[in-house]
Amino acid sequence: MKEIKYVITDPLGMHARPAGMLVKAVAPYASKITVTAPTGTADARRLMALMKLAAKQGMELTFTVEGDDEEKAATDLQAFLTANL
Amino acid sequence: MKKGIGLPVFSGVAIGPAVVYRKAQRTLPVSSGDPLVEKAKFEAALETARQQLTALYEKAKVEIGEEQAAIVEVQLLMLEDLDYLDGVNMAIEGGAAAAIAALDTGEEFAQVFAAMDDEYMNARSADIRDMSHRLYDILCGNTGFQLPEGSFLLVAEDLAPSETIQLPKERILAFVTRQGSSSSHTAILARTLNIPSLVQSDITFEAAESCKILAVDGFTGTWYADPDEQTLEMLKAKQNEAAAARDALEAYRGKESITRSGKKVLLVANIGCPEDAEAAVKADAEGVGLMRSEFLYLGRDSLPTEEELFEAYKKVAEIMGHRPVVIRTLDIGADKQVSYMGLEKEENPALGLRGLRICLTKEEIFRPQLRAIYRASAYGNLNVMFPMVASVWELKAAKALCAKVRKELEEEGVPTKDVPIGVMVETPAAAILADELAKEAAFFSVGTNDLTQYTLAVDRQNAKLGQFYDPYHPALLALMAHIAKAAKDNGIWAGICGELGADPKLQEKFIQMGFTELSMAAGRILESRKLVCESQV
Repeated sequence: MKEIKYVITDPLGMHARPAGMLVKAVAPYASKITVTAPTGTADARRLMALMKLAAKQGMELTFTVEGDDEEKAATDLQAFLTANL
Repeated sequence: MKKGIGLPVFSGVAIGPAVVYRKAQRTLPVSSGDPLVEKAKFEAALETARQQLTALYEKAKVEIGEEQAAIVEVQLLMLEDLDYLDGVNMAIEGGAAAAIAALDTGEEFAQVFAAMDDEYMNARSADIRDMSHRLYDILCGNTGFQLPEGSFLLVAEDLAPSETIQLPKERILAFVTRQGSSSSHTAILARTLNIPSLVQSDITFEAAESCKILAVDGFTGTWYADPDEQTLEMLKAKQNEAAAARDALEAYRGKESITRSGKKVLLVANIGCPEDAEAAVKADAEGVGLMRSEFLYLGRDSLPTEEELFEAYKKVAEIMGHRPVVIRTLDIGADKQVSYMGLEKEENPALGLRGLRICLTKEEIFRPQLRAIYRASAYGNLNVMFPMVASVWELKAAKALCAKVRKELEEEGVPTKDVPIGVMVETPAAAILADELAKEAAFFSVGTNDLTQYTLAVDRQNAKLGQFYDPYHPALLALMAHIAKAAKDNGIWAGICGELGADPKLQEKFIQMGFTELSMAAGRILESRKLVCESQV
């Protein structure tokens, strides 16, 4: 299992668009990816669940990546977060 | 070039692309009973929705920019959401038809988002609804009526009030309908918006759909599909001329409406919603002579709450300030029906349970409206009038309820003001009884459209009766004179809020009769003022 901690820098927080992009970004991997925010936990493949977190700028998100391709998935996820959130 | 005719309801010239409005198909598909079949239908609908939204996304990106396109993109993503798809599939397995499953699941999610403690996420509930309604429409076989960007001329068989209120009015250059009459709702709307329009036109949907440019000449009642060079030039010249005439009327802005012999007339506007009040102020109306409350009740799924009504009335009161506003209480029924009120279908709705009759039989509908009006009264100069009065007892009963409502509000500590109570005179009975009603009412306002229909026994929705619907009929004018006299004898004022109030052929006559208020579409105010100021009466 890999774990990534990431503090949101996007002034709008994790609004619909980055949430949608996250769903797309994690889609190719077999690993199970879960996001935990102070407001709750969501499966990173589920857009509405992610949106329901209403995660804001400055909030710390914890991603857990678990599965056969977790190495690659975690590396790519880290890159995605830095670029988009 | 193709051309044809129609009955013009507002003069002017419009030139632009045509859009054909087709009614939404409302037949609900029943479930086939087989979840596998329903799931397959849903999958197919998803694919169609994906294609529609992708096309919309590309178009939005090019034509309006990234930001708007992103909204469409979010809906595309929601379409793929696993929770939503799971929800739909579960509903289908539970026996629901695909269309219902798509709609209900969307609504569930929308409500969750609407209840969140986050403004941005609250607003996303609209995206979810938009997305699930798209699927629903596809599954109902409705290909979806999609308006293009920019301005256009709207071609339709006919338009119901609930349909017209959902249209982006600022983008409509003209209405061309195949049905309707000069007093139908489309015609009233055209006059409110000041756009040249034709009703009862012989235009075909094929002609409208296949042309690049449609032109309407509201002076002659002619439409042209793909007008040739010469015609186009002629139309543009007319358009300029009309604009020049409008400019000339500007000289009357801000002036008092007073005849040469010194008779003062209040020229006020007919409105349907707070936005219309802004238009009325812009048009230099001296007040509102008729606020049609029912538009707050149409185009929705449930009764508006007292709070919603209050906000709307308050807004109008504030916009109009010291200028008087006459609110007509709910006039649902007849040609304006709403499904959520559960009113029975009537053989003869114009003579049925409508107007004040509904209000007096269903206090749960009437009371919130009266409370809203009294609460809003503190913010401006409000008057109220009741539609469809035929007997004195009806007016007395409604007045008693008004007094009760006001007392309640006072006990609750809510500020209210005196709200003069008037009668909208639109039944022959009320006209004949004007002398008695005047002793109970603070004012009269004649609804000439219905008074004509009831006096002459001519259905105003029936286009074939056009030549018999004669607003200049001597019987009608005799009633009008009687109403004005009864008002004067009893020391109350009388006005006119039907279409005739703006009729240049009759305005002088009405002033002579003793009417002191004429309410009309906002666009007619300045030309009426010119007429009044030039009048000798």
